[in-house]
Amino acid sequence: MSEKVLMKGNEAFAEAAIRGGCRFYFGYPITPQSEIPEYMSRELPKRGGTFLQAESELGAINAAYGAGAAGGNVFISSSSPGIALMQEGVSFLCSAEVPVVMLNVSRGGPGIGGIQPGQADYYQVTRGGGNGDYRVPVFAPSSIQEGVDLIYEAPVLADEWRNPIMLLADGMLGQMMEPVVLPEQRPFAESADIRAKKPWALKGYGDSDKNKAVVKSLRMQPDDLEAHVEKLFAKYREAEKALVRWESEGLEDADVVFVAFGTVARLTKEAIEILASQGVKAGLIRPISLWPFPYQAFDEISPKTKVVISTELSMGQMIEDVKVGVNGRYPVELIHRTGGIVPTSLEVAEKAREILAKI
Amino acid sequence: MERYIRPLDRRITVICGHYGSGKTELAVNLAMMLAGTDHGYERLAVVDLDIINPYFRSREQRKLLEDAGVGVYGSAYRGEITAELPALGADIRAPLEDADCRVLIDAGGNDSGAIVLNQFGKYFTPENTRMLAVVNANRPDTRDFAGAVEQIAAIEAVTGLKAEGIVNNTHLLRETDAATILKGHRLCEEICEKTGRVLWCDCYPEPVVRREELEGLPYRMPLKLYMRPTWLDVKI
Repeated sequence: MSEKVLMKGNEAFAEAAIRGGCRFYFGYPITPQSEIPEYMSRELPKRGGTFLQAESELGAINAAYGAGAAGGNVFISSSSPGIALMQEGVSFLCSAEVPVVMLNVSRGGPGIGGIQPGQADYYQVTRGGGNGDYRVPVFAPSSIQEGVDLIYEAPVLADEWRNPIMLLADGMLGQMMEPVVLPEQRPFAESADIRAKKPWALKGYGDSDKNKAVVKSLRMQPDDLEAHVEKLFAKYREAEKALVRWESEGLEDADVVFVAFGTVARLTKEAIEILASQGVKAGLIRPISLWPFPYQAFDEISPKTKVVISTELSMGQMIEDVKVGVNGRYPVELIHRTGGIVPTSLEVAEKAREILAKI
Repeated sequence: MERYIRPLDRRITVICGHYGSGKTELAVNLAMMLAGTDHGYERLAVVDLDIINPYFRSREQRKLLEDAGVGVYGSAYRGEITAELPALGADIRAPLEDADCRVLIDAGGNDSGAIVLNQFGKYFTPENTRMLAVVNANRPDTRDFAGAVEQIAAIEAVTGLKAEGIVNNTHLLRETDAATILKGHRLCEEICEKTGRVLWCDCYPEPVVRREELEGLPYRMPLKLYMRPTWLDVKI
């Protein structure tokens, strides 16, 4: 294990993608993730990879589609409006079952919004902005180290599930600095590896039709398309079981249970300490996978709990999944700020006390 | 009284360094340390020339600094701390031209950030300006002599200013211990010896390292973590 270094989130995420074996990066600058394409433009060529600044996010996602279809391990990143532009491509990647690792360092919206941190892309990343029936596994780290570890794992998961894997890290995680331990370099896949491990990839199989590979999302026959979508959903049902991740604490005797992901989970943890000092027992469910959402975590909440509070940097998007998880057993409330404003832990603790007082 | 830092013997102190080396935290700490003391000038100002970083800029601490009597100059969009337009206010020239004002300049990171200094180049005469380069030996690009010197040389090349002073700001945030700082001290001493510079101070984060642990270092500068909300260090 290498020694700890102090890195900015975006630098660490880019390095983790390279070390995870992502040999191809296509991107377009956008705050607050521009350090990633900058880092990749400097590092990838030195290390045998390919960096391409696309003419737009549309170009980037379609270059990713191409390189991924050829079996390459691809990493792309952007921030909220840029990820919005990529949604058509995500739908195509899912239909064609092309693995790509994507990172959204999210900011405030809607529209071009602002550059400060936001979580209002929850619907975008968990429901998808693209057309058709598809799903994308989404992981939301709460620290730079967790982001590094998830990004390092993501190319393996993407290949295993033949699907894009999305990471959602709000702008604070991209911009803040933290000590991290970087993983060892996983070797870049060579053509022979790809041919052996990805028989579906477009590797140039000569004139013979025997091993011909086709990567496509067009299926004009309804029964063919239905069968394809059913097959995708059989895969998603397996992914729901295999990829769901969360952490929880203090659920056994909590008066109030917070649900929070990303940096909000960190400040919520501090809010829980503040509440404890005031005699209020609070617990936390921290979804790490946003799809699949950890509904089962809510079964661990004590019957004595008075309220479940979704804490978000949006007008309340995850709260819909929280309500499904709670399933009518407890009142569900929202503590939120939006527009790029991050509440203080004191603010969260005070609002929680106000909510408790009314119950 | 024990000094925390080698005397800031010229009116203008330019704080430059590698991206993420801790320039802003040092600038804000120096300003708060000097505010209300006899620092040799009638006024004190912080000039934030960081137009690269979208978050964690010294102008975010405008209220703290202004309440302490420190002037804050930076973006043309005073209230718009989040604007990413690389626009600097014309009033930046005021403290630079004011012979009675001590100025601390928080430059942007790397050579690409420090290049902004050039438009104010006429104020940076050798008589009134000293540039300090901040080094954090835990940043991957400045972890050894070659890397750290390359960064300093690049900043000097684009600005035409010499970083005569080196500031050791080697830390791992709240995971910093005395050994971390001493590792950085050794690197900074090597830089000073081999490239003819002077170690201006060794910084340590006040909440996690005790002053006595750094006994023997000539100038120990305690840093409060003004720029870092405590929840950022909550363990996940």
